[in-house]
Amino acid sequence: MTTRYTKDHEYIRVEGDAGIVGISDYAQGQLGDVVFVELPSVGKNLSKGDEAAVVESVKAASEVYAPVSGEVVEVNSELEASPGTVNEDPAGRGWFMKIRLTNQSELDGLMTEEQYQEFVKSIS
Amino acid sequence: MAEPAHSDEPLLKTPLHAEHVALGARMVPFAGFDMPVQYPTGILTEHNWTRKHAGLFDVSHMGQAFLVAEDKSHETVAKALEALIPADVVNLKPNQQRYSQLLADDGGILDDLMVTRVGASGHEGWLYLVVNASMKEQDYAHIQARLPKGVSLNRKDNLGLMALQGPSAEAVLAKLSPEAAALSFMMAADVQIGGIWCHVSRSGYTGEDGFEISCKGEDAAKLWTTLLADPEVKAIGLGARDSLRLEAGLCLYGHDIDTTTSPIEAGLIWSIQKRRREEGGFPGAARVQREIKDGAARVRVGIKPEGRAPAREGSVITTPDGREVGIVTSGGFGPTVNGPVAMGYVAKDVSAVGTDLHLIVRGKPLPAKVAAMPFAPHRYKR
Repeated sequence: MTTRYTKDHEYIRVEGDAGIVGISDYAQGQLGDVVFVELPSVGKNLSKGDEAAVVESVKAASEVYAPVSGEVVEVNSELEASPGTVNEDPAGRGWFMKIRLTNQSELDGLMTEEQYQEFVKSIS
Repeated sequence: MAEPAHSDEPLLKTPLHAEHVALGARMVPFAGFDMPVQYPTGILTEHNWTRKHAGLFDVSHMGQAFLVAEDKSHETVAKALEALIPADVVNLKPNQQRYSQLLADDGGILDDLMVTRVGASGHEGWLYLVVNASMKEQDYAHIQARLPKGVSLNRKDNLGLMALQGPSAEAVLAKLSPEAAALSFMMAADVQIGGIWCHVSRSGYTGEDGFEISCKGEDAAKLWTTLLADPEVKAIGLGARDSLRLEAGLCLYGHDIDTTTSPIEAGLIWSIQKRRREEGGFPGAARVQREIKDGAARVRVGIKPEGRAPAREGSVITTPDGREVGIVTSGGFGPTVNGPVAMGYVAKDVSAVGTDLHLIVRGKPLPAKVAAMPFAPHRYKR
């Protein structure tokens, strides 16, 4: 199991040929209280960098970008009723979607946990 | 997720800046000031606390100023201001406060403001003004350029201003100043709170009962700490201030009202007293009187999206069959409503409460209905 991060604060936790995508703890803290999440449809094909989901706090809407290319194979529809889960447990129950990767090598361009923590330190 | 833009311009600080930092606030640039958008508990908690208890807001960034008539006559200073705003100022009683708008010659709104006839003895012929932070330089220049001889504008950039809002506000203030706590809505008094000179008015921007308290900048931190010491009071940032005022159906300048909107389109006719409607004599009076008589072509309405998705400022409003009829000027999540709320301008023929509309959000039409405002009932102490 490998977790990788984007500079836009998405994470992807890869197990085999699929990965769970969500936003980092830093990102949920920056957003504040999440009040609405719009998820993609299962079966949608995303290219790396595509707008994959929308997360809205009281103040503003933000896009969640696909950290890798692939097909959406599952979404966390619990977020529709309980968007605050993104704040409570971003790395766990607050996941957004599961993507089946089409190109594993895209992971090489993402940050490791350690690199991401350094990155967060450098911008906060 | 996108990063917020950063500006390198030096930001001004209110007299309460160090208090916000000590409380762990997230500070953001707002109208040239470094302001608290939220404290560690977050906007939802702050919003709900204000509706159930009492919230304390730093609004020292707003512009406070006096208009002063040399001849110490209320009529002199009131007439000078009536030439710029459509409210009845002449008939204000001492210590009475009114909401109004600075109008352009075409009836567009240059800013909205609060006007109080100063009641303290020795200050006859004084009006106290509070204008928006983002507009104060323009407002002061506009006012200054139009004042008659014998009336002067005295800006008070060194004052603090805080708002205590919520159902517990009265009980909290009663312990410190029974006189202030006894004020009725839109009335003001000069009182001492813990030895600090304060100008208190029963008003606010949340839809809740509450007070706005002005004091000397050097006393602001002490007053803030005194009020926060009450367990019913918590500090509230600009984020919750915005969600509270939106649920209360109150306009935010630069969003819901601006130079392109008239007070009648904006639904602010209640702030233009009968004498002024009839007599005119303010900038844009011809348009305002015409719109009172014939109705405005578009009007500000409340809008309730039917799903869970908020529609933000700038969302296009259409009829269910796709005819474009307006635009959202404020929109977001209403914590008290527990759902999305919005306001915006629509064509008159689709402005009745209950009318079905669509809001275009991220390219998709979201069903919505014209809704009565406020979304959360006002609880003013009249």
